Amino acid sequence: MSLAAQQSADLDTQAFVRFEKVQKSYDGEILVVKDLNLDIPEGEFLTMLGPSGSGKTTSLMMLAGFEPATHGEIYLGGESINNVPPNKRGIGMVFQNYALFPHMTVAENLAFPLHVRNMNKSEVEAKVQRALEMVELPAMGGRRPAQLSGGQQQRVAVARALVFDPKLILMDEPLGALDKQLREQMQYEIKHIHENLGVTVVYVTHDQAEALTMSDRIAVFEDGVIQQLSTPDDLYERPQNSFVAQFIGENNKLHGKVSKIDGDIASVDLDGGGSVRAAAINVGGVGDRTTLSLRPERVEIEPAEGATDNAITGEILELIYLGDHIRTRMNVSGNTEFIVKVPNNAGNKPLAEGAKVKVGWQATDCRALDPLT
Amino acid sequence: MTDATISNADAPLLAADGTPLKEKLALTTRRMKMRAFLLTVPLVLFLILSFVLPIGQMLYRSFHNPAGSNVMPNFAKAIKGWDAEQGTPGDDIIKIFVTDMAAARKNREVGKTIGNLATRVNYEIPGSRSLFTKTARRAGKITEGPYFDALVKIDKRWDNPNLWRTLQRVTEDYTLSFYLAATDRKYDETGSIVLADELYRIYLPILWKTIWMSALITALCFIIAYPVSYLLSTLPLRTSNLLMILVLLPFWTSLLVRTSAWIAMLQKSGIINNVLVYLQIIADESRIQMIYNITGTVIAMVHILLPFMILPLYSVMKTIPPSFMRAARSMGASNTYAFTKVYFPQTIPGIAAGTLLVFILAIGYYITPALVGGSDGLLISNLIADHIKKTLNWSLGAALGTILLVVVMVFYWIYNKLVGVDNLKFG
Repeated sequence: MSLAAQQSADLDTQAFVRFEKVQKSYDGEILVVKDLNLDIPEGEFLTMLGPSGSGKTTSLMMLAGFEPATHGEIYLGGESINNVPPNKRGIGMVFQNYALFPHMTVAENLAFPLHVRNMNKSEVEAKVQRALEMVELPAMGGRRPAQLSGGQQQRVAVARALVFDPKLILMDEPLGALDKQLREQMQYEIKHIHENLGVTVVYVTHDQAEALTMSDRIAVFEDGVIQQLSTPDDLYERPQNSFVAQFIGENNKLHGKVSKIDGDIASVDLDGGGSVRAAAINVGGVGDRTTLSLRPERVEIEPAEGATDNAITGEILELIYLGDHIRTRMNVSGNTEFIVKVPNNAGNKPLAEGAKVKVGWQATDCRALDPLT
Repeated sequence: MTDATISNADAPLLAADGTPLKEKLALTTRRMKMRAFLLTVPLVLFLILSFVLPIGQMLYRSFHNPAGSNVMPNFAKAIKGWDAEQGTPGDDIIKIFVTDMAAARKNREVGKTIGNLATRVNYEIPGSRSLFTKTARRAGKITEGPYFDALVKIDKRWDNPNLWRTLQRVTEDYTLSFYLAATDRKYDETGSIVLADELYRIYLPILWKTIWMSALITALCFIIAYPVSYLLSTLPLRTSNLLMILVLLPFWTSLLVRTSAWIAMLQKSGIINNVLVYLQIIADESRIQMIYNITGTVIAMVHILLPFMILPLYSVMKTIPPSFMRAARSMGASNTYAFTKVYFPQTIPGIAAGTLLVFILAIGYYITPALVGGSDGLLISNLIADHIKKTLNWSLGAALGTILLVVVMVFYWIYNKLVGVDNLKFG
């Protein structure tokens, strides 16, 4: 095999986007991104999810080329782009507030990246029209951005990032300014565009529901580090640490001390009294503190004797009727924010506030993770 | 019931008590409107007294000068019908002239003395002042006709029909003379409008100079202010606030102090010249004249007017999010391309506001050119001030002022055509 062929074979196996030991500091004192290693294959929809200040937007800006990495390499298509200016990277970007140029019409906005590339007039017109049709705004070319609704501006912004056929699209909280209903609709639309075009998308958001809806994989950022990188269902059902469990979806926490470890199962003495069995995911040895994570929908009220691995008595503090289920806030082992989602089934016994009831769950649904204070 | 509602569809809507809805609405909002109006009354009064009335008076004074008819009311009426083509006026008119002159000599009322008339005629015929004082002094002694011969005996110049033609013009209350003078024109001896003698053409050249110097000052301000404003708008708030104070500092310093500081800096034995001599860049005997000329005026005025350019530019740039430039860059635009196509067009409202503000301030600037302009660096306002304060030719001052006002309004109009006034953004 010739050297060139060898290299191209290497390229094929290499990730499309790769962060390698990337660090970023703005002031020389605090690392905003601590040690980022991330491979993104071509065609993937990857979401960087995390609270504000977690380093997700900084990572995106480094990929776009607006912030230099303090240390480490970023590769795009197998080549290091650390020294490539943003305009030479060929990356489409959708900004938080769309950044549509207010002094240009929608069509001029879309034509901007094409004019930069010195495309001829008929080609520009054809591409602009096709992009407008893709986002279902075929007749809006002559309008100014200010004359469009928020959702329409959003679509134009997406179209503008796509119109010059980039291989990679970055989106920085693009739906943050929309109301809930529109946001959900746009999530599906962006997802469909991604599926149809097969481009690689790196999406930044702090909204976990948005991340779960849209992504192939989600990287949960916190404190400049990726806490977990998995598919949405993995992330929700198998969080690897307490932060992820807490950040993704609704979560019941129970604090306690490990009393015994038996293979995959740990026995935990709860601080508020009682002992439960849980999946040992991220615990130290016997005697170490741990925080248990338990999804509200995995808890059963008044389970049959022996049907669940754990059973413990709690007090009902509040009932909220939500139609399909009843949200029940309980005091379980000293945790007064313990939530149980009781399905609204015909056979269920009516619950009463102040009543003491038994709650139970399987050991595998309850994950023993690193202790939270 | 429904039928009635339908048939009344065209009738005005009624409130619950039967009065038409519009009337009712007007009634309820009247108190509010009254209160809103009352709040503006002090300002309206102030504007009328300090702005509308003086400007109106100035405009009026520039073409209305009743000196002639005030001093010689009867003669003013008598000469009205006289036709200059027939030579000097008839003796009946001259008799009235002589009696009016004699009466005017005794008059001590302000604005009605013979001196007022002499000054007024002197504007038209330089050097004619003595003719009037002399004639007035002797007019009382002329008791019988022919009056014309008596006048000619006092001074031969009375034999000239053109003098009478000037008198006829001067005794009319409404006159274009001052506008002619302000545009370096005059009535010649036969009464037609001609350019003034080359030596006396001062106003138009100075007006042109005022316009191009204002344009130059505006352009310099823009060149200096644009990068500074950009820097201010991109720096973190703490740093930009500090720099902003430096920009505003000149605002808080007295105009006189600032101008005097420039004198200390720029004069021949000033700091800059001293440093240049000390560094042996120039020889001691060839110190540069940087003040009391156009250079001095331009430097000092650019310094003083700079904040007026920076502030609107800054406030507009502040509203342009950095994501615009980033978006342009991400789409493949080089820095220059992104700047010219995306950033610059969005700063145009600020540029428009800044240049308009600076130009209009510069074109009417008075104190700085007066202090550092010498004779070269004088602007039209200095001439206006001269006429108001020194020569006391208020009508000419008013005419110059009106022309300046018109020039400003013309520029504003052109500007509106080019940029659109609703595009202006001061902050």
